[in-house]
Amino acid sequence: MRFVTVSGPPSSGKTAVIIKTLEHLQKAGQQVGVVKFDCLFTDDDELYRKNGIKVRKGLAGALCPDHYFVSNVEECVQWGQMENLNVLVSESAGLCNRCSPHIREILAVCVIDNLSGINTPKKIGPMLKAADIVIITKGDIVSQAEREVFAARVHMVNSKARILHVNGITGQGSFELSTLWTEIEETETVEGKRLRFSMPAALCSYCLGETRIGSDFQMGNVRKMDLEMPTGVKTDGGPTDLGSNT
Amino acid sequence: MSRQLETLKVADLLARWPFTEQHLADNGHAEIADRPEISLTELLDSEQLVNLDGFIGMMEDFLGSNEEKVSEITITGGRAKDGSDEPVQELTVKVGDVVCIVGPTGSGKSRLLADIEWVARGDTPTGRHVTINGQVPDDKWRFSSEYKLVAQLSQNMNFVMDLTVEEFLALHAESRQASDPEEKIQRIWNWANGLAGEPFALDTPVTSLSGGQSRALMIADTAVLSASPVVLIDEIENAGIDRQQALDILIREEKIVLMATHDPILALMGDKRVIINNGAMQKVIEPSADERANLTELRALDAKLMKLRHRLRMGERLDQI
Repeated sequence: MRFVTVSGPPSSGKTAVIIKTLEHLQKAGQQVGVVKFDCLFTDDDELYRKNGIKVRKGLAGALCPDHYFVSNVEECVQWGQMENLNVLVSESAGLCNRCSPHIREILAVCVIDNLSGINTPKKIGPMLKAADIVIITKGDIVSQAEREVFAARVHMVNSKARILHVNGITGQGSFELSTLWTEIEETETVEGKRLRFSMPAALCSYCLGETRIGSDFQMGNVRKMDLEMPTGVKTDGGPTDLGSNT
Repeated sequence: MSRQLETLKVADLLARWPFTEQHLADNGHAEIADRPEISLTELLDSEQLVNLDGFIGMMEDFLGSNEEKVSEITITGGRAKDGSDEPVQELTVKVGDVVCIVGPTGSGKSRLLADIEWVARGDTPTGRHVTINGQVPDDKWRFSSEYKLVAQLSQNMNFVMDLTVEEFLALHAESRQASDPEEKIQRIWNWANGLAGEPFALDTPVTSLSGGQSRALMIADTAVLSASPVVLIDEIENAGIDRQQALDILIREEKIVLMATHDPILALMGDKRVIINNGAMQKVIEPSADERANLTELRALDAKLMKLRHRLRMGERLDQI
């Protein structure tokens, strides 16, 4: 079975891109399936089912969705094998921009849209940086110049990735993407494989259900912002290292 | 090492590849511009030099500076939707050509354009092959860069960035690492104003341009700053711009122009028309002498409509036309 991890910010068009791309593989007689990861709610599983795609969904609920993903991904791969899939896709939204579901030796795709703002490629971090293929969507409604500027920004963050434009509505570009999903190695298991990027350190009292605000209630991995900036200094308002926001 | 970086000074490096300044700054060499006379071997160890060389190679691929100029594209026919052979077995389009693509919705116009963009090698549903300058192109046309073979302009496209015209063009020029950006910005702005009829200022936000002004700016910007050798214009008939002048600009900037259009004036302005049906190129026709002659009449009709539009805008009544 060939396994692909797809990630991307909410509403970037992941589901539409996956459906359009799998359609080409279905036409070629392949069995395809998706595991959809989300936080609180999704009805995308219905959408997949309607398109003849086998689907399972996982809602992380109170857990960090990316930790939930990695704790379940091997079981998902086994489900895909049991269903005799030729291609299994995992779909997950990068919610805090700090995590990435991408696994070494497994084809990693990041979906990002032209409307999300030209600084977004810099903001979304490892799920873009660690991707093999970056899909840019919603190109049909912005100017050529903006498409070029946006793609250049993506390239600055991840110069090794293949950048493709796919239209999730018309399917333009999805055939081309589907050819890249046929030339990958088979995967029997992801047991023992490694994430491309470590998940954030986040073990503080709030992870454990604390709701009260104040230093007295803060325990564990807690760090305070440095608010004492000299006046007139331009700041982006946050630390540049990772591990602060989860 | 192909670029002999070990023999260069910082000043040489920055002069030849200005984008390396940011790369070095990101890698812990923020103040190199202040030390132009220092040699690269003093600054970087051999592994870092190899990395820098690789980065320059990737950026050159990305910016197209390694690319041979595209002077013609040839499409070799494949199969129609019903599996029969495509009637037109070869179509070559050259720099400066204006080719119209006509056919009903669902006839396969988009697939033809997608085959060109993806530089098909018999590996798309139509089985077509596309060659560039008579050669089978390699993978870089598919993946190595953000700008593909085809730049697109369509009626549905809008500006979404919150920037003035000048800032917007400067940003585009910067992302393309264009030489002499000020001259290019002025040129684009002048041309766009010539196309639009209604002038706009350099400090106008791009999001508040009218439909015609937006289209005019997109065309001038694509002509000057886009790296794609092919420009596809999709259904922009009612854009309120000077269409002849728009084509002239694209031709002057050595583009191959493809137009998906059913506008009679645009269609007759083209050098040839490709008729698409049943997923295949059925015929390539050149405008006849009679058609060309009719263009004069169509232009007069069009000018009349433009004039009426202008009168409406000025608050006049159209009792007499």
